[in-house]
Amino acid sequence: MSELTTMTAADLSAALRSKDVSATEVTQAHLDRIAEVDGRVHAFLHVAAEEALAAAEQVDSRRAAGAELGPLAGVPVALKDVFTTIDMPTTAGSRILNQWRPPYDATITTRLRRAGAIILGKTNMDEFAMGSSTENSAFGPTRNPWDLSRVPGGSSGGSAASVAAYEAPLAIGTDTGGSIRQPAAVCGITGMKPTYGGNSRYGLIAFASSLDTPGPLARTVLDAALLQEAISGHDPMDATSIDEAAPPVVAAARQADVAGLRIGVVTELSGEGYQPGVLSRFSQAVELLESLGAKVTEVSCPHFRYALPAYYLIAPSECSSNLARFDAMRYGLRVGDDGTRSAEEVMSLTREAGFGAEVKRRIMLGTYALSSGYYEAYYGKAQQVRTLIARDFEAAFGQVDVLVSPTTPTTAFPLGERTDDPMAMYLADLCTIPSNLAGNAAISVPCGLAPEDGLPVGLQVMTPVLADDRAYRVAAAAEAAFTERWGHPLLASAKGLDGASGLDADDTKGAGR
Amino acid sequence: MSITRDEVVHLARLSRLALGQEELDHLAPQLDQIISAVARVQEVAAEGIPPTSHALPLTNVFREDEIVPCLAADVVLSEAPAVEQQRFKVPRILAED
Repeated sequence: MSELTTMTAADLSAALRSKDVSATEVTQAHLDRIAEVDGRVHAFLHVAAEEALAAAEQVDSRRAAGAELGPLAGVPVALKDVFTTIDMPTTAGSRILNQWRPPYDATITTRLRRAGAIILGKTNMDEFAMGSSTENSAFGPTRNPWDLSRVPGGSSGGSAASVAAYEAPLAIGTDTGGSIRQPAAVCGITGMKPTYGGNSRYGLIAFASSLDTPGPLARTVLDAALLQEAISGHDPMDATSIDEAAPPVVAAARQADVAGLRIGVVTELSGEGYQPGVLSRFSQAVELLESLGAKVTEVSCPHFRYALPAYYLIAPSECSSNLARFDAMRYGLRVGDDGTRSAEEVMSLTREAGFGAEVKRRIMLGTYALSSGYYEAYYGKAQQVRTLIARDFEAAFGQVDVLVSPTTPTTAFPLGERTDDPMAMYLADLCTIPSNLAGNAAISVPCGLAPEDGLPVGLQVMTPVLADDRAYRVAAAAEAAFTERWGHPLLASAKGLDGASGLDADDTKGAGR
Repeated sequence: MSITRDEVVHLARLSRLALGQEELDHLAPQLDQIISAVARVQEVAAEGIPPTSHALPLTNVFREDEIVPCLAADVVLSEAPAVEQQRFKVPRILAED
């Protein structure tokens, strides 16, 4: 593996700026790494080698000409296959959009291109971002680089795995119920769900519009902040985009300081159903933050217990409405159009053939929750619970500056374990869902390996709306202290891909202790 | 039992999903299980609590009405399953009788 693929985005940025290395060399090194390992990981649905090298060449010539370039110019990034790209297929992990070529770029895509970031390709995901394991992709699952027999989380599993496998230093995901934070946690990297409305949804194929949030995944907190800063900010093409200055997240990641900060441990996000090793690593993380000068208290958010059921009414309801656009008429798959069937019959046959089991479950669940006679008891009630969850957050943030919890109740589970048990799969998002319902920012940062299975555990830091910078500040402080304690970043302990001859063959100390 | 098989058949029709018998046999008990689980929201005392449809308080956003170029017809039609005379060609939408 080339040294260029193990460097952070921040270091790559500095090396590119000082012309120690060219964007073409950096891009080629990552394409080589993808060719080497992606047959085993399957993080990518499409690798855009030609386009990436062309973009890299352009950055190199602009730099040679003395152009003033941003920090991500020449730095590779992997893009979740839910964002439209004019020069690459966009599938959302679904057969119904197999090989679809969108006629326009998503705002996130445009901003990455404008920043000079090199889009390596499109990453695998649960179909239409519905799932927690990437097993719901119509194109086969992604595997966890820590242990190839386990899931990488989801729905942004391809993005998380690409970063953890050193195929890309940065990746973009989307988070509707935890789909950035949960895969980041189980792949041992950092993932951030920004404040809802902070990042544009224009050109993001919709799952649940009131919850969907694009955000960064990276191997360090600073790298995630660099990516967020490059993509965030008001977009007139998205009516829900926040028209305010984006929080100064890069400065916050560099500040990395929790002295005097009030941290609340959420009572309801622990206990039964949580893996012992997850809870012990989480407790250690809280102790660590305390040792760095934070004031820790326990805070109760009583309605968080109802976040999961409320989410699984609200998200499917929005999904059943959003996915009605896949009607086999204007783009995508069309099945059974033999000249005798009606449009409605063709539509039903196409959706039957084009959607996977989980998408069908959610469309039907949403259709049920929105149907007359059930609307008040299900969707209406879930919306009230959403208000109560937001009020729990408000009350908590009256007492503390940030809230913390484990990111997920368990570490990465084996492939196939939960594919036919929807409720067990849904539990993976237990801790992440409240912040989607309330729209506030939340980040996941590695906090060690669970002793029982040696797999990564994530610490979640939740902040008020538009206080994204605070999440970065706390996560960066935890990351710095943990890295010092372990003697290396957590990911250096991963052996799933490069085996004993991998990055850090003599790692016998560190994160597992 | 929170949902019957007949209701699931009806839901599939409303959802425009031509589910097969085997798939219905598989999905019906799963939907029943999920609906029973999400029905827990009904335990919450929420009388008088306003519903939240959106995370942020949004009001109508106004902007200048600017004329910008739109996509060309051939670009819009380039991914269509069927095209005729620069239009989307679709199966019949009216019944024969």
